[in-house]
Amino acid sequence: MSIAMPAPDADVIARRDGFIAALRTLIPGEGVIADEKGLRTYECDGLAAYRALPLAVVLPETVEEVSAVMALAGEHNVKVVPRGSGTGLSGGALPLTDGIILGLGKFNRILEIDYANRCVTVQPGVSNLAISQAVSAAGFYYAPDPSSQIACSIGGNVAENSGGVHCLKYGVTTNNLLGLEMVLMSGEVIRLGGKHFDSDGYDLLGILTGSEGLLGVVTEVTVRILPKPSSVQALLLGFADVVDAGDCVARIIAAGIIPAGLEMMDKPAVKAAEDYCHAGYPLDVEALLICELDGPAAEVSELVDRVEAIARESRATTLRRSQSEEERARFWLGRKSAFPAVGRISPDYYCMDGTIPRGQLAHVLARMRELSAHHGLGVVNVFHAGDGNLHPLILYDAAREGDLQKTEALAGDILRLCVEVGGVLSGEHGIGIEKRDLMGAMFTEDDLKQQQRIKCAFDPEGLLNPGKVFPVLHRCAELGAMHVHHGKLPFPDLPRF
Amino acid sequence: MAETLRPASAEETRQAVAWALGEETPLEIVGAGTKRGFGHPVAAGHLLDLSALSGIVAYEPAELVLTAHAATPMAEIEAALAQSRQQLAFEPPDLGPLLGAPAERATLGGVLAANLSGPRRILAGAARDHALGLAMVSGRAELVKAGGKVVKNVTGYDVTKLICGSWGTLGVMTEVSVKVLPAPERTRTVLVAGLEPSAAVACMGRALSSPNEVSGAAYLPATVAARSAVSYVASAGASITALRIEGPPISVGARNEALRALCAGDGEIEELHSHNSATFWQELRDASPVPADAPAVWRLSVPPAAGAGIMAALAPSDGEGWLDWGGGLVWWSCPATGAAGAVVRHVAEAAGGHATLVRAPDALKAEVPVFHPQPAGRAALSRRVREGFDPRGILNPGRMGAA
Repeated sequence: MSIAMPAPDADVIARRDGFIAALRTLIPGEGVIADEKGLRTYECDGLAAYRALPLAVVLPETVEEVSAVMALAGEHNVKVVPRGSGTGLSGGALPLTDGIILGLGKFNRILEIDYANRCVTVQPGVSNLAISQAVSAAGFYYAPDPSSQIACSIGGNVAENSGGVHCLKYGVTTNNLLGLEMVLMSGEVIRLGGKHFDSDGYDLLGILTGSEGLLGVVTEVTVRILPKPSSVQALLLGFADVVDAGDCVARIIAAGIIPAGLEMMDKPAVKAAEDYCHAGYPLDVEALLICELDGPAAEVSELVDRVEAIARESRATTLRRSQSEEERARFWLGRKSAFPAVGRISPDYYCMDGTIPRGQLAHVLARMRELSAHHGLGVVNVFHAGDGNLHPLILYDAAREGDLQKTEALAGDILRLCVEVGGVLSGEHGIGIEKRDLMGAMFTEDDLKQQQRIKCAFDPEGLLNPGKVFPVLHRCAELGAMHVHHGKLPFPDLPRF
Repeated sequence: MAETLRPASAEETRQAVAWALGEETPLEIVGAGTKRGFGHPVAAGHLLDLSALSGIVAYEPAELVLTAHAATPMAEIEAALAQSRQQLAFEPPDLGPLLGAPAERATLGGVLAANLSGPRRILAGAARDHALGLAMVSGRAELVKAGGKVVKNVTGYDVTKLICGSWGTLGVMTEVSVKVLPAPERTRTVLVAGLEPSAAVACMGRALSSPNEVSGAAYLPATVAARSAVSYVASAGASITALRIEGPPISVGARNEALRALCAGDGEIEELHSHNSATFWQELRDASPVPADAPAVWRLSVPPAAGAGIMAALAPSDGEGWLDWGGGLVWWSCPATGAAGAVVRHVAEAAGGHATLVRAPDALKAEVPVFHPQPAGRAALSRRVREGFDPRGILNPGRMGAA
């Protein structure tokens, strides 16, 4: 528990009852939760090691209610933490004891399916999978597919710029978003984009996506839908050496093939998954690749042939191609149940997320083994190999004194390693509180201040989800100050025209 | 006295901006200057010429990432990518000739600053979707880094997207990293002759709703088609609806048959193969069919299904144009009058989209904003965002209009 949240505003907490009474005038009945038992449900998100009870939970049903609640919170200097389904893994929806949780769960309607424009407009509480299900019969789907897609909300996907196993070919949330409606901390409602491509001014849609609930509360989302590919096939490739597996990934890409999915598991992950669900994975491999190709049938069968040839050149020891939908599902079964499988071999595990250049894979895995030994904690790796996105799972026991601290220290070392080899702190889970204090490993103070000036444009009082993403909070007035030096013309030696 | 500053490094760029801040004199920022005719004239005392910030910094084909100095010519980047059979999938347009500048001079930074994307935008995304990270100098004369050099990254705000399409009004890019992708082995274009706009948009919609991965969908009325350098298109004597497919040969063959079957009832069908197909889409990419003497040129971004209605609504006015992006992009040439502009803006807005005045005499730009006017709340928010990057308004002031 080494991540400190900003000191709560005692004055706000002292005025809690009056504020809740005011909230109830805006949101009737069960839309305001203030009893401890009710608040417990919201005490954490997917980063369950960190918990706090909010002042209250508010569950509005209309954009007018969202606007009124935010304006009221602003007047009372009460912080607001937006929350979708609470599946986030970086603590972005961790409550603040002097703030309310603004839950968007009641925004659960699909508003419009527009096949002529190949887009769907939904409320933010609709689950990711529900969008694909709604358009499936017509032959469409929504491409980004985070592993929590049954539960996670599209509003949360926008906040985190979520990815999934298919994002190498089809992009992440930001690449599949056309428009949204959001409410600023002031209560002002702003619409961005629509059903057309590209912004008519600054790309505010782009900056909102992945802003982790720090800029505005999303109340409506329009996403693109794509026609489902006519054919899908997968290969299961095992390697006696991680270097060979990494080599195979590089060769597939260099051959001009962009698979729909390209996943890797290391030996401990293969073993855990096989023990858990008996997917038929080979146990004599150091690394296992699942390579999925989709598209027109003729293309898929040709590309499967090519990938198979590349895998042979890369010394694959196991080589299977799915002969049926049932077999393809079995290839994926172990990968998709990797997390619960690991949950069975360890009392607790900590799911990490970082991205590295693909070429650094073997080096990073080797260093990770050393770090794992140094900290005395096991690490299991599942990995979106196609785009270099690592998900190391650190095995620990929360009941054992000091284990969580050791876990966080190991996680920090692994993420610093990602940055050191040219990668980034997060590929798809976000920064939240989890990686907040590591931001300095990737960004300078000037970089981070410039990002916070964007927040000032949206939320000048810093009331929307503060304490997340940025390690040091600055007041907007301080960020706006600037010293100007009057000097000579620079680099006078250079030619001017 | 007006100076031209030509920094040769990011640090020199920072010094130039710091100096301009001290002088309280705005800078106009140019790479090769091919798009200086796009946007409002900049009220700047000095010119910041980035042309010395040129050259590819790193390119590893297997990583699908290329990093280059901001003013690296697109031609140099495209040549390097071609050697590894890769490309920038958003099909960056070269609007130089349209804007009265030379062809093949445009720079990577300029393409991103304008967020310009070609016909493949419908399949592959826009320029902003391929920009992974960048280094820049803010209007506060600070070196700022945004994004990263890997294809998947959610570390901090996606500042890179904000810089794309900001026309140099938020920061001066010095280095950018872009996602690159394999170039298709084969290209083919299915042409359907003689459709009315509504039938063409319906046909493109069917194709784009099919699993054939259509990477270009455009409609040219007969008068526009007649100006093509591709002889079949020019001599068709009818409107042309074009659907492009790209990929491995066997796949292109199969999808070609599927699209022909899909359009069979619509009209006479022809095909363009490699060279002709490339020429055709490059013409549309660069807006080449715009008549040289067209007084005003507009670009409307609208919901794709609205494309036909927009052609119909604009038809009575004295102008002409064509559809790209399956109907979602309308290029429209018309008289350089405020009245004609008002019609274009109204039609775009009524459809839920927006219209940009790409080329016009300065007199018209003084009367009609180049970029679509925004609702007050969003305009104010954009203004506040700008103040955070460039509080004194020294970077390209006025380029995007009053905001």
